[in-house]
Amino acid sequence: METMIQIRFGELSTKGKNKKRFINQLSKNIHIALYDFPSIVIKESLDHIFIELNGAPEDIIIEKLKMIFGIQSFSPIYVIPKQYDSLAKAVIAVIEEEETAGKTFKIDTRRSDHFYEWNTNDLNSKLGALVLEQLPDLKVKMKQPDLSIRVDVKEKNFLLSTKKYMGAGGLPVGTSGKGVLMLSGGIDSPVAGYLAMKRGVRIVAVHFSSPPYTSPQSLQKTKDLAAKLTNFGGVITHIEVPFSEIQEEIKTAIPEGYTMTITRRMMLRITDAIRDNWSALAVFTGESLGQVASQTMESIQVINEVTNTPIIRPVATMDKLEIIEIAKKIDTFELSIQPFEDCCTIFAPKSPKTKPHLDKVKRYEGKLDMDGLIERALENLTVTKIRSEKEYSDLKQKSVLDLL
Amino acid sequence: MVYFDNSATTKMFPESLETFLKVNQSYFGNPSSLHAYGAAADELLSESRKQVANLLKVSSREIFFTSGGTEGNNWVIKGTALIKYRVGKHIITSSVEHSSVSKSLKQLENFGFEVTYLPVNSEGKISLEELQDAIRKDTILVSIMSVNNEVGTIQPIEEVAELLTHYPTIHFHVDAVQAISGLENISIHPRIDFFVLSAHKFNGPKGVGILYKKNGKQIASLLTGGDQEFGERSTTENVGGIAATAKSLRITMNQKEESVIHTEKLKNYIRSFLKEYEDVNIYSPLDGASHILCFAMKGVRGEVLVHALEKENIYISTTSACASKKASSSSTLHSMGIPTQWSQCAVRLSFSFENTMEEAQQFVNVFKDLHTKFQKIQ
Repeated sequence: METMIQIRFGELSTKGKNKKRFINQLSKNIHIALYDFPSIVIKESLDHIFIELNGAPEDIIIEKLKMIFGIQSFSPIYVIPKQYDSLAKAVIAVIEEEETAGKTFKIDTRRSDHFYEWNTNDLNSKLGALVLEQLPDLKVKMKQPDLSIRVDVKEKNFLLSTKKYMGAGGLPVGTSGKGVLMLSGGIDSPVAGYLAMKRGVRIVAVHFSSPPYTSPQSLQKTKDLAAKLTNFGGVITHIEVPFSEIQEEIKTAIPEGYTMTITRRMMLRITDAIRDNWSALAVFTGESLGQVASQTMESIQVINEVTNTPIIRPVATMDKLEIIEIAKKIDTFELSIQPFEDCCTIFAPKSPKTKPHLDKVKRYEGKLDMDGLIERALENLTVTKIRSEKEYSDLKQKSVLDLL
Repeated sequence: MVYFDNSATTKMFPESLETFLKVNQSYFGNPSSLHAYGAAADELLSESRKQVANLLKVSSREIFFTSGGTEGNNWVIKGTALIKYRVGKHIITSSVEHSSVSKSLKQLENFGFEVTYLPVNSEGKISLEELQDAIRKDTILVSIMSVNNEVGTIQPIEEVAELLTHYPTIHFHVDAVQAISGLENISIHPRIDFFVLSAHKFNGPKGVGILYKKNGKQIASLLTGGDQEFGERSTTENVGGIAATAKSLRITMNQKEESVIHTEKLKNYIRSFLKEYEDVNIYSPLDGASHILCFAMKGVRGEVLVHALEKENIYISTTSACASKKASSSSTLHSMGIPTQWSQCAVRLSFSFENTMEEAQQFVNVFKDLHTKFQKIQ
């Protein structure tokens, strides 16, 4: 029997005229997520997306699909030639794969081909009787049976399915435009990125690195995190901003209590410039209220003062434990807690101002060659496109994997 | 040359040897070093771990690299004793274990641990009832091998695992060193806590072993120092050996199904040939591992047969116990109730995917001649 996977949309169905665009995007995202399996073929219709497996491993693909935003639910289905005998054989075959002792079942048929010789009731009772005869262990039960065998009578063939998996919900990544994520490598920012993606945002991840104060592993970590996020459906652009010069300048020119605030303002200015160049519409951060000195409302206000761009903070009101829970769920936690120096820890002042004054901030910034610093940073960005975790790790480890 | 001693050790895959050389040339850094050479070695190490974990369908965090099967077995047994001696000092094992298990237990007996050695039947198999009866409140460890190295008996590991699900606090250790060549499926039952493999038994390098240690299960470290291997086994990692091991395991698992069918064919061919001789006893059970065939020819000591075949360029071995002058009490054959005059004569053929039917035929022809010759002498 030929196996396919039938994908159902959730929120998408409410998108009216835009629906087609949403479905196209979802289909593209699935394609990217299943990059490892060149044999699959993806087909779209108005109500479903179908994936023909052509020998690709069903269990792995099921796990991958569970993560892609925009999918409400999906089922592996068998395509059966339109002869009753084939259908009957297939129904028995799929049931025989299951543990049947003491279990209940029902046959649930639907007909889109209304010219088919039997109606749904006929089919339900014919197939039901057949199952009872062949597998006497089973009992019929209409409500919440252990096994529900669904038969769709289509124009050209029958579709048969027994299992239904829940998808990740949300919107297909890419349908809500682009957003720039400030990705530090800590626990919070990947979670913020994940939540942004859930609402359909395509991510451009910006990371500030300060070699030699920060290690190559720390930069690598943020790329690995970005690669993890691609599992939810979408390419991620990773941008490394060279930040050493700015940090050195700030360290020498600014009184210690204000270095943190001004560092953050510089980061936001650069991020905003990148947002503009990459035609993104908002900035996302992993800031969570009250976690550290830069995340008091007073600090946030002073830092935010450099731009009018919407700054979205998906985890702003969450507790650390809630954030960690998501990080574990999306498998970024273990990466995030790897202990490498990053630019937040290395230049951190002993007692940063939790209630900085804007006028002082502006006065101190006057001592810096702001435009020059920002320009030089923007001129030397390193951009990496990360298409999928697998592709990325293949590229990264091409030489290593050849050895294994 | 006909090499029928693959249970003793295997020839490295050329691909793995190539990896071993390349890694030692180009990735010679210490994985613990911070600089780029260290980072590259560290990455290779973690990719190797990931690959091994994927092949065994467990998580990377559960894979530890050791120096071989002996270390793995020693670590689990002594590590369990060191960490659980306050809970109990009773250990259950079989009477046919590899010496790395039985001698570790002997050492523990000197420290007041009590060991129950389960008997085996004439096919070398333990009985679940006897295991069940042996379990006590103070039992801390059950250690059972998967495939016997001398005769190829497959122990009922799945059933033991099921039984032990009722005793979740007992550590369950499986010495699977011989399992990898002779079993169609290598799968780690969820109740198994520790699972030991050795690279040189699957065409990897000598000096590298794999220990699967289930998440949450604890054993004391035997090697302390620089906190490598998640802080549980210190010593600078043998990166070249480990990468070559990961590669060998991949190749082995990929060709496993065919290889088992192939070795089974060779084994059955020689087995049915030997069965015709009245003065030859076969000790490997019919449902044993595909790659081991143990038999004895009456009146001809194993050693003599080994050397006689060697002259004809055929390499086999005595079973490990018979290599010593006297059948020791730990010998598998002795435990199976085979009298000494027979067990002294036992030899072991062990096959790999590389052996051919022609080689099996060659063995058969040489054996025919030798048999006639030995009969005349007697």
